[in-house]
Amino acid sequence: MQFVRFKLIKFNTITGRRVNLSKELLKINNLHTGFRIKDTFYDAVDGVSLTVNKNEILAIVGESGCGKSTLATSIIGLYDQNKTRVQGEIIFDGKNLASLSEEGLNEIRGFQISMIFQDPLSALNPLMRIGEQIEEGLSYHTSLNKMEREKRVLELLKQVGIHNPERVARQFPHQLSGGMRQRVIIAIAIACKPQIIIADEPTTALDVTIQAQILDLLIDLQAETEAGIILITHDLGVVAEVADRVAVMYAGQIIEEASVEELFTNPKHPYTRSLFNSIPQMNAQSDRLNVIEGIVPSLMNLPRSGCRFSSRIPWIPGEAHEENPALHEISPGHFVRCTCWKEFQFKTDKGGGTHELYANK
Amino acid sequence: MSFMQINDLKVHYPVRGGFFNTVIDRVLAVDGITMEFERGKAYGLVGESGCGKSTTGKALIGLEKITSGSIIYEGENVTNARRSRKSSFNRDVQMIFQDAHSSLNPRKRVKDIIAEPIRNFLSLSPKEEERKISELLEIVGMPEDAKLKYPHEFSGGQKQRLGIARAIATNPKLIIADEPVSALDLSVQAQVLNFMKDIQNEFGLSYLFISHDLGVVKHMCDHISIMYKGRFVETGTKEDIYTNPQHIYTKRLLSAIPEVSPLGREDRKRERIRVEQHYQAEHKNYYDENERVFDLVPVSNTHAVAATSSVKEVI
Repeated sequence: MQFVRFKLIKFNTITGRRVNLSKELLKINNLHTGFRIKDTFYDAVDGVSLTVNKNEILAIVGESGCGKSTLATSIIGLYDQNKTRVQGEIIFDGKNLASLSEEGLNEIRGFQISMIFQDPLSALNPLMRIGEQIEEGLSYHTSLNKMEREKRVLELLKQVGIHNPERVARQFPHQLSGGMRQRVIIAIAIACKPQIIIADEPTTALDVTIQAQILDLLIDLQAETEAGIILITHDLGVVAEVADRVAVMYAGQIIEEASVEELFTNPKHPYTRSLFNSIPQMNAQSDRLNVIEGIVPSLMNLPRSGCRFSSRIPWIPGEAHEENPALHEISPGHFVRCTCWKEFQFKTDKGGGTHELYANK
Repeated sequence: MSFMQINDLKVHYPVRGGFFNTVIDRVLAVDGITMEFERGKAYGLVGESGCGKSTTGKALIGLEKITSGSIIYEGENVTNARRSRKSSFNRDVQMIFQDAHSSLNPRKRVKDIIAEPIRNFLSLSPKEEERKISELLEIVGMPEDAKLKYPHEFSGGQKQRLGIARAIATNPKLIIADEPVSALDLSVQAQVLNFMKDIQNEFGLSYLFISHDLGVVKHMCDHISIMYKGRFVETGTKEDIYTNPQHIYTKRLLSAIPEVSPLGREDRKRERIRVEQHYQAEHKNYYDENERVFDLVPVSNTHAVAATSSVKEVI
């Protein structure tokens, strides 16, 4: 235990940072993140490969338990080291984040890669003033002095749309509303002008009007800083409003990846299509919503071979699935896992009744 | 013909303070709302968090003390009344809670949880009770062996369905559903919503559907009321609200809902910003100096909107 925190003096300050010329910011290669349950590791993220480009919002969509948050915490190493096993490559800036030590990660976290959390109240320290919390990252990662830091804090608060930055900087988290707190979280995340921002359900806890404001803010900030944003959400409406590219996850795997226009106009995988059909649409008049049979299998019971979605579409014959489902590029930039999408049709298409009431029997 | 009317319902919380801990202020959680419930219809209550929509639901069922106003149920005044256990109001109005997990007693088996309203309100023999429970479980699509399990053994959607089974056990006329699906995943949400519609058609239930998700409310409800700071801003049929919103608050709320299509999102963003600016500019015309919404003025038979200050002066 060190009594004095080791302070890193950086040669590259905020303004004169080395610019990464390539378009590709982050490359994830065959990532496996497993959690230990009774001495066996079960992979919650199972062979995910992704790239995040500069100036792009990549959305990761899926139901709860599909591994999207685990993917985020693996990238910046916010997992419990004793109970988690991370294999594979996460290449950022020439380094493999998956094998980096805690000290190495500390240099990157909050500086080059930062995170926006879902619940702003539990992500803020209740005993620290807002100004100090935003300053924390600045004093750790940059060589700005106290005066400059305070100036930067006010600048940031203004940037995230807080009208009275001087007062808010002196306040405590409980004195702010939910939307204001989320703005503060965003201010902390963008304090050091990171190249990558991971936003884990940034608007789930907020009202629709505030949600719209926060999303607009994220888009504006991204256009300004040209950062790459990984947006994790289960709300397809949010994805449609802000994302450039979308990856749909199911049971630890990416099952479909495409540009946002392509995915919303031409979804292919049965899971994606079922998801779209289960949204109560604003302008659709149909009375019944589609229901996906069964439930997402728990981590221990997850089948590790074959198409993982097959158990939830039992009316599709087994031959339609691949033995070892792989991602196929069906049109430029549009990837779909397994071949079952070619045969897939909704149960009601064939005239059979939906038996969702007994789905979990 | 409506079977239940609420007139000028108010729920105020006292704020205590000062030397003698006297009442120094009041929080006007619900401040004068009027509603009617008809058989077989679903009513939506929409608003931001903290606008008093949950308080309204709780006040209706008797979990919150009503400050003033009245609830008339089938010609009988049931406001704050000390109702007997066998009162028909208690039996006919039931509630589904937002957090299914914390609304189920963890130490009771499913059998006993669902049997509770049956034992309170219906006098059935143990055998009949057993049969009734099996029937209810079948209605909500749960297997027979769920009876002997405990709440923690079920998933979120299943727990919510147990909550529904309990609510419909006494064949109620009105179910107050306070954000019944906001904690659920999309496909589970679809399952619960479909199911709620089914039992509505089957038993002629009425719903008071409290939610902040306008998509869900539109899917479920015939009649929608928009709430702001304890008062109705606009109330009308689904078509009135969605195709012909009159109040700036409603317009702002509708413009903020993300649409499930990336096409035209730039236009929507511009529109959103325009509506927001309009809202800021026109704000003082639509609210009085205490941010209170003006009284409702009818626009058509079904549609009523809070007045603006100019209209107010004319009246």
